[in-house]
Amino acid sequence: MFEIVDKKVLAPNIKWIRVKAPLVAKSARAGQFIVLRLHEKGERIPLTLFKWHKEDGTIELVFQEVGKTTYELGSYEPGDKIMDIVGPLGKPTHIENYGTAIVVSGGVGAPIGYAVTRALKEAGNHVVSIIGFRNKQYVILEDEFRKVSDELLITTDDGSYVRKGFTTDVLKEYLANGGKADYVFTVGPVIMMKLIADITRKYGIKTDASLNPIMVDGTGMCGACRVTVGGEIKFACVDGPDFDAHQVNFDELLSRLTEYKEEERIALDRYVKGVH
Amino acid sequence: MAKPIKKKRIAVPEQDPKARIHNFNEVALGYTFELAKEEASRCLQCPYEYAPCIKGCPVNVNIPGFIKKILEEDIKGALEVIHETNSLPGITGRVCPQEQQCEMNCVMGKLGDKINIGKLERFVADYAREHGIMAETKIAPKNGKKVAIVGSGPSGLTAAADLIKMGYDVTVYEALHEPGGVLIYGIPEFRLPKDIVHYEVKFLKMIGAKIETNVVIGKTITLQELIDEYDAVFLGTGAGTPKFLNLPGVNCKGIYSANEFLTRINLMKAYKFPEYDTPIKVGKRLAVIGAGNVAMDAARSALRVGFEEVYILYRRTREYMTAREEEIHHAEEEGVKFMFLVSPVEFIGDENCNLKVVKLIMNKLGEPDSSGRRRPEPIPGTEFALEVDAVVFAIGQRPNKILYQEVPELKTTKWGTLVVDEKYRTTMRGVFAGGDAVRGEATVVLAMGDGKRAAKAIDEYIRTGEWPEEIKPKTF
Repeated sequence: MFEIVDKKVLAPNIKWIRVKAPLVAKSARAGQFIVLRLHEKGERIPLTLFKWHKEDGTIELVFQEVGKTTYELGSYEPGDKIMDIVGPLGKPTHIENYGTAIVVSGGVGAPIGYAVTRALKEAGNHVVSIIGFRNKQYVILEDEFRKVSDELLITTDDGSYVRKGFTTDVLKEYLANGGKADYVFTVGPVIMMKLIADITRKYGIKTDASLNPIMVDGTGMCGACRVTVGGEIKFACVDGPDFDAHQVNFDELLSRLTEYKEEERIALDRYVKGVH
Repeated sequence: MAKPIKKKRIAVPEQDPKARIHNFNEVALGYTFELAKEEASRCLQCPYEYAPCIKGCPVNVNIPGFIKKILEEDIKGALEVIHETNSLPGITGRVCPQEQQCEMNCVMGKLGDKINIGKLERFVADYAREHGIMAETKIAPKNGKKVAIVGSGPSGLTAAADLIKMGYDVTVYEALHEPGGVLIYGIPEFRLPKDIVHYEVKFLKMIGAKIETNVVIGKTITLQELIDEYDAVFLGTGAGTPKFLNLPGVNCKGIYSANEFLTRINLMKAYKFPEYDTPIKVGKRLAVIGAGNVAMDAARSALRVGFEEVYILYRRTREYMTAREEEIHHAEEEGVKFMFLVSPVEFIGDENCNLKVVKLIMNKLGEPDSSGRRRPEPIPGTEFALEVDAVVFAIGQRPNKILYQEVPELKTTKWGTLVVDEKYRTTMRGVFAGGDAVRGEATVVLAMGDGKRAAKAIDEYIRTGEWPEEIKPKTF
C-alpha cells in the first residue's frame, strides 16, 4: 500500500499528490512513469513522474481528472492509500548537452516536460521552455518551470494569460526569428506533438516526443501500447515512451487512444452517480 | 485370483457446454472420492523402478505410489507422495499435457483406456485443500543464505519452495500486483481457478517465502543490486512479450495480443466490468490467429465475455494444432469454429480504424520446415474477407527483454531466450534461469522441472562456490 502524504489542487480538475513509494523514488529518472491501481477492483493506469525524492522516499504526481480512475484518485486525501504502484517504468529520456534545447509541453504534459527540462538544464543545456494551456485557470507549474529554464515562453489558447496562441505558434515564431534549437522535446496532447514534429522536421531539428498510449501492465507484456515508429511496431512502455517524433505515426496513436471511449464513459457515469 | 481389468476410463463430470459458455466457472468438475477410487483401482501398479508413467513426468512424480494411497483412502499420504517431487499438484493436475507425458506411457493403454493420472492428481490436491489436509513439509534449519527469485510463475514458485525447504531465505519479486505469473494473467479461471493459485502462494508464504509484488527487476531494482545483496539469483521471468504480424492495419482498434485479451479478463476481471474498472470490448464476431493452448484460452474466453461467434484461424491443418486435445475438444463443444489453411494478409477498419474485416489467404502445405511440420504456402488469388469485430493474436511470445536491456553480460540466444548450461547457470556468476525465459514457450510443468533442478544447482553453488570458466549452452 502506498500512502498519500500531501495533496493540492493546481487547477480545475488538475491535482498534485505526493505519495510514499521509496523503491520508485530511489530509481526514477526524467521521462519515466508509474502504473497504479487504486484498489482491488481498480484498473491499471500509467501516470508520469513529476518529481521524486530519494531522501524521504516520496514521489510527486500531477494528473487531470478525465476518467473514472483519475476522478477517484482525485477524491483521495492525505492518509489514504493507493493499493499498487509499480515503477519507474519506460526508458528514461535520453539526456545530453545538445547546446540549446527546447521543451514544448502542453496541458498535463507539463509535469514530464518539467522533469525533462530540469534534467536537460542539469546536463548543461541552454533550455527554452514553451508551455501552453487552455486558459489562465489551467496554467500549472509556472514557478517550477521558471526555476529550471533559461527562457520560459507561456501561452494560452484564448489569450487570457501572457499571450494568445498554441505552443506551435510560439515555436514557429521562435524559429522564424532565428532562435537557436539543437534539440526539441515535446509532450502533451497528441495533436500538438504531431504539429510540433511537423515544424521541427522542416528545420531538421532532432525531436523526441513522449507518447501516452493506453497501457495495461506497462512492462512489455500486453502490447496495448503499441505504436508505429518508422514503420515498425514498438511498445511505448518498454521501447519508449520517448520516440523520434519525426518517425511516429501520430494519427494511429490518436485513433488507438479512443478505443475504450464508450466504456470509459460508462465507468465515469456510474462513478459520478455513486454506484461503486 | 487376479483382479478383473477395467478397460474404460471413469468419466470426469463436466459443466454442460451450453451453460458454461455463460460463466467462468471451471469446466471439468473433477472426480468425487468414489469416482477417484474407482479410477485409481484401474491402475496396474507398475513397480517404481519400471513405471513408464514416472519416466514420462518432467518432475517424476511417483504416480503408482500416490494412486495406491488413494485406493487406501489415505489422501494425506497421497499428497505427501506427490509433494516429494511436485509442490503444485492442484495446478499440474489441471494444466499439464498428461497425454504427452505420464499418460502417454501408461501400460493400461495396451489393454484399454490409459489411467486418468491428471484428474487423479487434481483430486488429491483438491480434496486435501477442501478438507484442510496438509502434507508434512520438512524445512531444514535456516542456513543464513539468501536467494532472490525473479518472477512468481511456475518455475519461480517451484524454485522458491525447494530452496526454502533446504533452509534458504527466499524473496520472490513479481512485476505485477499479484503473484502467479502466467497462472494468474494467462490461464483462464475456467481452466485453472485463481483460488488454487492463491492457495499455493499462501502455502509458500506460510513456509517462509517473502513475496514482493510491484517490483520490476531491471527498473525498480537492478539485477546488479540483487547480485550484490543475495547469494544467488534465479530468473524465472517467462516469455511474456507477445508477437504480432506486421501486416497492414495491425494496429486497428479491436486487435489484441492474447496476452492483453487474457490479462484484461483474467487478471483485471474485465468480464465483471463495470463492477471492475478494466473494460473489454465485446462485439459479434472474434477471430483468434493461432492454434495453441493460448489460442483456445482466448477463443473460449471470448465466448464467455459475450462474443456470439468465435473463429480459430490456423495456417496449417488440424493435425498440426499444438493445443492439447482436451482444449480443442472443449472449444469445439462450446461452439468455437475452426478454419484451417488460412493466413491473415491485411486488416481493414472503418474510417476511424475500428476493425471490420480480416483479409485471409488460403494455404497449401508444402515441404516440412525445421520443426518437421509441413510449411504452409499461400495460394495466389485465393484471398477472401472475413467480417470481424475483433482479432486476437495467439502466435507465440518472446522472453520479456525489460530485464536484459541494461545487462549486456547476460547472454541471450537468437530467439531472445537466456543462455544457460545444464545446471541452469547463466553467463553471469551466481545468476540462474529456467522456465520459459530459457525455453521460449513451453509448459507449466517443464518450467516447474527447471525450477526444481535449478534449486538444486543453486544449493550446490552456494555450498561450494564453484562456477565454470565458461558456460556451455544447453539447448532445450
